[in-house]
Amino acid sequence: MLNAIKKNEHYVKFNTALENNKQYQQFQAYKQKVLVLGNDSLEKTIAIAVALCLVCSVLVSFGAVALKPLQVYNKNLDMKKNILDVAGLLEDGKDVDTAFAEKTEAKVVNLETGDYVENINADEYDQRKAAKDPAQNVAIPKDKDVAHIRQKAKLAKVFLVKEGETIKSIILPVSGYGLWSTLYGFLSLEPDGQTVQSINFYDQAETPGLGGEVVNPKWRALWKGKKVYAESDQPAMDKGSIEEADIGEPALALIKGTVDNDKPGSQYQVDGLAGATLTSTGVTNLVRYWMSKEGFSRYLSKVRVKGAKS
Amino acid sequence: MSAVLGDELKNAILNDETKKVIVDPLVNNNPITLQVLGICSALAVTSQMSTSLIMALALTLVTAFSSAAISAIRKHIPGSIRIIVQMTIIASLVIVVDQILKAVAYDVSKQLSVFVGLIITNCIVMGRAEGYAMQNPPLESFMDGIGNGAGYSLILIIVAFFRETLGSGKLLGYEVFKLTKDGGWYDPNGLMLLPPSAFFIIGIIIWSVRQWKPEQMEKVDYKIMSIAHGEEAHH
Repeated sequence: MLNAIKKNEHYVKFNTALENNKQYQQFQAYKQKVLVLGNDSLEKTIAIAVALCLVCSVLVSFGAVALKPLQVYNKNLDMKKNILDVAGLLEDGKDVDTAFAEKTEAKVVNLETGDYVENINADEYDQRKAAKDPAQNVAIPKDKDVAHIRQKAKLAKVFLVKEGETIKSIILPVSGYGLWSTLYGFLSLEPDGQTVQSINFYDQAETPGLGGEVVNPKWRALWKGKKVYAESDQPAMDKGSIEEADIGEPALALIKGTVDNDKPGSQYQVDGLAGATLTSTGVTNLVRYWMSKEGFSRYLSKVRVKGAKS
Repeated sequence: MSAVLGDELKNAILNDETKKVIVDPLVNNNPITLQVLGICSALAVTSQMSTSLIMALALTLVTAFSSAAISAIRKHIPGSIRIIVQMTIIASLVIVVDQILKAVAYDVSKQLSVFVGLIITNCIVMGRAEGYAMQNPPLESFMDGIGNGAGYSLILIIVAFFRETLGSGKLLGYEVFKLTKDGGWYDPNGLMLLPPSAFFIIGIIIWSVRQWKPEQMEKVDYKIMSIAHGEEAHH
């Protein structure tokens, strides 16, 4: 096979051109000169170091660039899986791509007004990228930045899960600082914009076994049915005005120890993670932040009045 | 051309030296049980068989190819930057392996997280590069890498077998023992899912191998003296 390559006319042409090139000749001459030098001479040490770095960097960058499309695809697929998972739609053996396209719809929400933004392609909008782009983000004032994320995108990407025409759940992206890392995840709410269906974190680097337990299915199951906003302040829904439907500040929080389900207020409480106080506080803060007026509270107010469709 | 290469390959494979470098590290000179190297990743990734298998494969490939590459340029490596040259080659290969895992086995790569990157500092890879590849030709070094990788893999697979079956009643994700919470009889041992359990299992493996092959027992560095009764009190 090597011989066939060597006989190929393009190869021969390339080779002769290369051999006639002055720089290439100089390079060959230098190579010969360096290779016979003593291994410990300064010149050879530097030449070997430079040559090695060049070869290695070509290898690494070739690998990184060639595999990039597959990696991006995997990352997206993982995100879709997480969204289906938080909506309780993840089934073994079912194709994630088709299930995702069938059941969910991406929508872009303006956080300040709580309205949908229609003139933007929601499927292609990347909220995490936008949060870092000065043209698309806003700095969060220090006193309001309970989740310690410093800046947020003006527009958020939410997902609606539908069965036919009825909306089954609203999936909101949340993020906030824990102990070591920023946790990124999704919080899935019932269409009432108040009851939690599930939560999951797809990107976090908390201590495995302690804070890392935020991904534990058993702990995540404790969130089902919890309420985000205090219900005593709930406005009468028949009034219809958006301002009056404002659902106030979020009450949901992680507590130390196990929640006593018989106690009043337990619907706003989830067990904290044992041995991970700072991660637990981080999770409480990120829920509080994203459910407040800084986050999705205005959007959820409108959802309660008008439904999630428009 | 290819016939020559084929003969060379055949000779190299049938060669006693090659056989020795591949078979020896399995039991007689196992990097984990005899040399006690590469323990950290053996503790971290063995709670499941699937992650252990991927980790074993990744380490074997990195050891083999880095040994071969280092051996190919061994006569031109300046002594003063020898370790850095080895590290650069190993690190590049590890990054490529990590990228490949992220592209083709995303879920496993997420579970392995930093441990693939940590192959760079794995003592086995460094040890083979410095101890074998620097003195031997590329093909032998490649085989030596495969052999040592296989020795590491063997221990990882044994540890993962016990940890996954006893810790979660499964093997490669398939149910082996029916758990009590699913109405079965087996109450899983939670300790097996935590890294310290690997210490116990590796310890038991080392003990049994050294019982079987007493020549692997280390000589004692010093002897504990028995002190005559009461003598110590007078000092």
